[in-house]
Amino acid sequence: MDDALHPYVLRLGDNALVLSQRLGEWCGKGPALEEDMALTNVALDLLGQARMWLSYAAELQGDGADEDSLAYHRNAPEFRNLLLVEQPNGSYADTLVRQFFFDAWHALALRELGRSSESRVAGIAQKAAKEVAYHLRRSSDLIVRLGDGTARSHEMMQAAVDNLWRFTGEMFETDAIDAAARAAGAGFDATSLRREWLAYVGEVLETGTLRMPPPEAWMQKGGKQGVHSEHLSRLLAEMQVLQRTHPGAKW
Amino acid sequence: MNSTWPLWEIFIRSQHGLAHRHVGSLHAPDAAMAINNARDVYTRRNEGVSIWVMKSADITASSPDDKAALFDPANNKVYRHPTFFPMPEDVKGL
Repeated sequence: MDDALHPYVLRLGDNALVLSQRLGEWCGKGPALEEDMALTNVALDLLGQARMWLSYAAELQGDGADEDSLAYHRNAPEFRNLLLVEQPNGSYADTLVRQFFFDAWHALALRELGRSSESRVAGIAQKAAKEVAYHLRRSSDLIVRLGDGTARSHEMMQAAVDNLWRFTGEMFETDAIDAAARAAGAGFDATSLRREWLAYVGEVLETGTLRMPPPEAWMQKGGKQGVHSEHLSRLLAEMQVLQRTHPGAKW
Repeated sequence: MNSTWPLWEIFIRSQHGLAHRHVGSLHAPDAAMAINNARDVYTRRNEGVSIWVMKSADITASSPDDKAALFDPANNKVYRHPTFFPMPEDVKGL
């Protein structure tokens, strides 16, 4: 097993997989047909990215694992996704703000990973970056529209921003796994990324007349190390039930 | 939400050199979002290289009652149809 890269690639795959599953919960229930399809498109993009990352993680793991065994036969503590992406959908405002915070980080992270000297990571990141550029354009647009919309939409968006802010710090936390991946040519400088993220997010929120909470606020963390909120177990229960009940079931 | 969003007609150009074709309609609060929505609703399977949107309300349509006066006279004049020319097989898009 490639210890330097495997857990790092797993984190990237789990972020995409868990957020994709969350967005999939909106399928058929979006506030408008057009929004429903747009959000489901984002979910499908992320699912495609999750497959690429998890397939690579399975190769690095090398014990007969594949993308499906990683997606369906791990328990919550073995998942390495950010706490942000496992948060419940809540209202459409909560879903959009969660998406916006993640997209803004995702676009920057993929840009950096696309420059990796590790060629598989660079290849997947470059492919995903095109999709995520659109995700970010769309979520930024909706933040501005709903933030600067009606009094009610503004209030809901601000509440979502304030509520989800504490999950944004984890995106820029670094540990031994990040350091090892960086040494292997596949990481990025989280500190400079954080500066860029704050500048971009601050600008969009301001355009949408929304108040950005203080960057130095207390931040929740642990998802990257496998310490998750109760929400992830329920998400996994729904996502994994078929493969857990009928292992290896195929269409 | 849709009750307050106007309807937009969507035109997609499928490849360079061909005209935009009407593909359907959707709801959106303004033109920019109509483009975004059109991208998500109508170009998910790589259908297009360009999108036009226009408000459905801006279309003036002919009346079905005028059908006979507008269209029937063209039918019985065979010389109006260019059917007497051999078409080169290699020329596409005619």
